Order: sequence, then structure tokens, then C-alpha cells
Amino acid sequence: MSYRKFFRKLGLFLLTIPVFLFIFLPVLWLFSASLSTQVELFTVPPHWIPEHPTFQNYLDIFFPSQAASSVPRTFAVALLNSIKIASAVTLICIVLGSLAAYALVRIPFKFNLPIQLGILGTRMIPEVSLVIPLFIVASRLHLINRPIVLIITYMSFALPYAIWMMAAFFQTVPIELEDAARLDGCTRLGILFRVVMPISLPGLISTTMFVFLVAWDEFFYALIFTSTLAAKTAPVAIAEFIGRFAVNINGMMAGGILAAVPPVLLALIFQRYIVSGMTAGAVKG
Amino acid sequence: MTTKAIRLSQRRYSLRQKDAQIAWLLVAPSLLVIAGVTLWPIITTLVLSFFIAPTGINQARTFVAFGNYLEMLQNPAFWDTIKRTLYFTIVSVGLELILGLAIAQLVHSRPWGWKFLRFSLIIPWAVPTIVNGAMWRWIYSADFGALNGILLQLGLIKHYVPWLTLSSAAMNLVILADLWHTVPFVALILQAALAALPEELNEAAAVDGANAFQRFWHIRLPLLRPAILVALIVRTVEAFRVFDIVYIITSGGPASKTITISYLTYLYSFAYGKQGTGAALSFLISIFTIIMAIVYIRFLYRPEETQS
Repeated sequence: MSYRKFFRKLGLFLLTIPVFLFIFLPVLWLFSASLSTQVELFTVPPHWIPEHPTFQNYLDIFFPSQAASSVPRTFAVALLNSIKIASAVTLICIVLGSLAAYALVRIPFKFNLPIQLGILGTRMIPEVSLVIPLFIVASRLHLINRPIVLIITYMSFALPYAIWMMAAFFQTVPIELEDAARLDGCTRLGILFRVVMPISLPGLISTTMFVFLVAWDEFFYALIFTSTLAAKTAPVAIAEFIGRFAVNINGMMAGGILAAVPPVLLALIFQRYIVSGMTAGAVKG
Repeated sequence: MTTKAIRLSQRRYSLRQKDAQIAWLLVAPSLLVIAGVTLWPIITTLVLSFFIAPTGINQARTFVAFGNYLEMLQNPAFWDTIKRTLYFTIVSVGLELILGLAIAQLVHSRPWGWKFLRFSLIIPWAVPTIVNGAMWRWIYSADFGALNGILLQLGLIKHYVPWLTLSSAAMNLVILADLWHTVPFVALILQAALAALPEELNEAAAVDGANAFQRFWHIRLPLLRPAILVALIVRTVEAFRVFDIVYIITSGGPASKTITISYLTYLYSFAYGKQGTGAALSFLISIFTIIMAIVYIRFLYRPEETQS
């Protein structure tokens, strides 16, 4: 019996190996490339582990003044742009979204349901269906290549997403708590900030993380609306360089790793909020 | 009614009215923003789709009614694109569900290191799509890529192969890259759903002599339906409008063999300077997306099961 159990465990463990390989081999290869020199990267067959590993590609991005190539200089700025834009989008979505979500979940008023369905519907609209009018207006207002245009347009997917997620979390707050607070003379806003928000803190953290992740990940609007260093985000910088053979690919790989670090770190730190967030955001749309 | 009761009901009425006012105040900022960045643009897109609209701002637009739609529906390239997009959607979502379910079940069986496995699944899911695409493009690289390197060292190929220029392989390679990012998402959702299932049923079935496969097929799978539905809808809608990963890995090549419907829309709107056609195409994508969501919900949605 225990023999059988042991072999079962062993069999299951062997099954995990291909999964681990599929997950980690590509990342390790990316990391290895980011530590390589140009010369070593262009070898056949590849040096799987660089013989002369160097952090120069990362140093060039962090201290762009010394850099010779345009790749690290672009990445330094693009990463900063990404941080600014994703943070601004997240902040606005959390503030506006939590107010709206609370009203939709807990206050019965005319048009409550139509508004909820409308917000659900907007989540089905692809960016590509919105981009042409937005682009025309943005160019008339001379907003192209300004970070503000991305902050505004990202609202089209981030805000409905944030409202839905937070509505799902607010719904789990026991209504009795709110009633008690009301009897004690608490106003609606008082209830929201003193009762609902503190109780739904895990939900708020989850929403914050998810909105930051989708804003960081966004590529299509960024591609259409930005082309200069003033607002270009990290994904656009990567897309721009990948096609050109002459640029230093190892520098680009370092940029790719750096662009992946913030979302991966966030997700790993807050991993226990991920699944609740996935289902809250997904079930509802 | 006594005067006291009337006064009380009046107070309750005014309280409710005040509540409604507060609700509107709370909802208004979000509504204004959403109206500005989604409602207004989608209506404008619909209007635009009835015109021939050159990209230049001051160029005149000509009303053509359903001309743009008809032109597309009669264009064989459009139907090729639809076929390719459906191929991408069906193959990638199908494999995601199968592999995601298998990995979820594997994690659920608690092999050695299962916590680390669950932890690891988060990484590909969190890596930005464009980084993922750039990484795979470099892996597939004709001159110095890892895929060629591995295959050569294993003796499976004699010379490096320019993978992304092979019209038979390109789309499948894009799908593989997409799977790296999406299988973990499906696996994480389904694993959480499996963990939430009651173990008693499973144990009772085991006592009754059902083998592992029977227990999975007849007990777990039906209970998993709501979670599978969620994964299926989210992933189908996303896969059908795939753009980023195609743009970064193949840019539609070789010879349009990886152009998907979103990519075609992008080309019409921003490369060919035909915004009216682009608008019509993008509208078709929206309609298709909504139809798919409705069909799925009709087929798979059972209200009594979704309460968990």
C-alpha cells in the first residue's frame, strides 16, 4: 500500500517536470540573453549560460547617461513613463471606481440596473472599436505623445474593470454592519470609508494590483498614441526595437526583464489575492 | 393614518430621495468618464463605418451606407482572416482548457512541490504580453534562436530553420507563445475552483468503486462547469481579438499568414488610411464578441450551479 502511494507520488512529481520546464526555460533563456554580450549572443549553437556574464545591459539602463546605444536610453525613459501612467490610472480607477461600485451595490435608485449592465457591456467592447474616434480627437487637441492621453484612454477598459471587481467585493460585506452604522447616525460616505472599505481591504488590494497589471500590460493604445520618448511606454519600446536586427538585442532583453519585474513581483507578493480577483473580475464580465 | 405616521413616512421618503441623490453623486464621475471614452467613441465608430473616411483630418467623408460592410463581406481576404482568427481562437482556447485543467488537477493532487508549482504558474501569467512575445520571437529567431539551438544540439535538424517565415508553422508558433501566458491563467482559475469543491462526494464515489478517471469525469467536471465557463468566455473573447502577440512576433507575416481580424482592422485604420472600413471591421468584432458570449452563456449557464 505505501509502496503504491510512493509510486503515485513519484509519478505525479514526474508529471510536474515538463510543466516546470515549459514555465522556466523561456524565462531563463531570456535572463541568460540579458546577461550576455552582443558577441556571445550571436553564436551558433547558443551559449546557454554566458561564459562572460555581465550586468552591463542593466547598468546601461539604470545609468543611461553613460550609455552609447539608444536602446538603454529609451528603456530608462519608457519604464519611467510606464510607472507614471500605470500608477495614475490605478489611482484614478480606485477612487472613482470605489465610489461608483458602492452606490451600484448598496443604494437602490432609478437606473441602477441599466447602469450596471451598461458597464458590463463596455467590458465586451474591444479597444480597436474605440480607437479611431479617440485618435481623431486626441490629434485635434494635440494630445498625441502626451502621457495624459494614455491615462484618459486607459480608463475605457480599466475603470469598468475596477468598478466590477470592487462591486463584487463590496457585495460580500454583511449588510447588517452597514445598517448598524446607519442607526448610529453614520452617513453613506461615512459607511463607505469607515465600514465597507476597511472590511474589503483584500478586495481593494486585489483590484489595485489587477488594474496596475492591465495598465502596465496595455500595448494597443500606447502603440497608436505614442511614438516619442515623452510618453512611450515599455511595451512600445520593446516592440520598436525587436524588429530591428542591428540594435543590441541583449540590451533589449534586459529591458524586457525589467519591464516584467514590477508586474511579476506584485503578483508574487499579493499571490493570495490573485484568484479571488480573477474570479471577481471575470464572473462579472 | 395618524399625523405621526405620515410624518415618518415622509421622512423615510425624503431619506430615500436623498440616498438617490448621493448615489448619483457617487456614480456620476465614473459615468462621465466611461461615456467619454467608450460610449461616445463606439457610437462615432458606428457612424464612421457608414462613410468612406480617409485618414487625413480635413479630407471629406462620403456616405456609403453599408458599403464598407458589403465590400468586406465580398472580400476573400476578409474571410481568410476570419478563418485564421477562428483557427487561432479554437486551437489556443481548446489547448488552454485541456492543459489548464490537467495542470489544475495535477496541482490539486498535491505532488511534491505543488505549492512551488502553483507559485510558479503566476510568473508567466504576470509577464507582460509584449515581453512574452519578444521573448518567443527571440527563441524562434532564424539565426541565433534557442529553438534552433536545441533542435540542432539534439540532432533533430541539420541547419537552422527560419521558423517564422514558414507559412505552415508561423501561426502555430504564435499560439505556442500565447499558451505560455494563458495556460497558467486557466490553470490558476480551475485549481482554485477544484480546491473549493466538497471532498465528500469524491470520497463517497471512491468508496463505491469509481476509478480516478470516472470520479474526475462524472463528479469533478460537472461541478467545475461554472469555473470552466468563466475561463472559456474570458479567453474566447480575448483570443478572438488577439493583436499584441501577433504584432510583436510576426507582424502579420509571412505573407499575411498570421493576420487576425484585429490586425486587419489596425491595418485598415492606421496603415491603409481607410478609417471607414476599419470602423466597419471593428464593429463586426464587437458584434461577434457579444454573440459568442451569449451563445456560451446559453449553452453552459445553469443558474442553480453558479451560486458558489
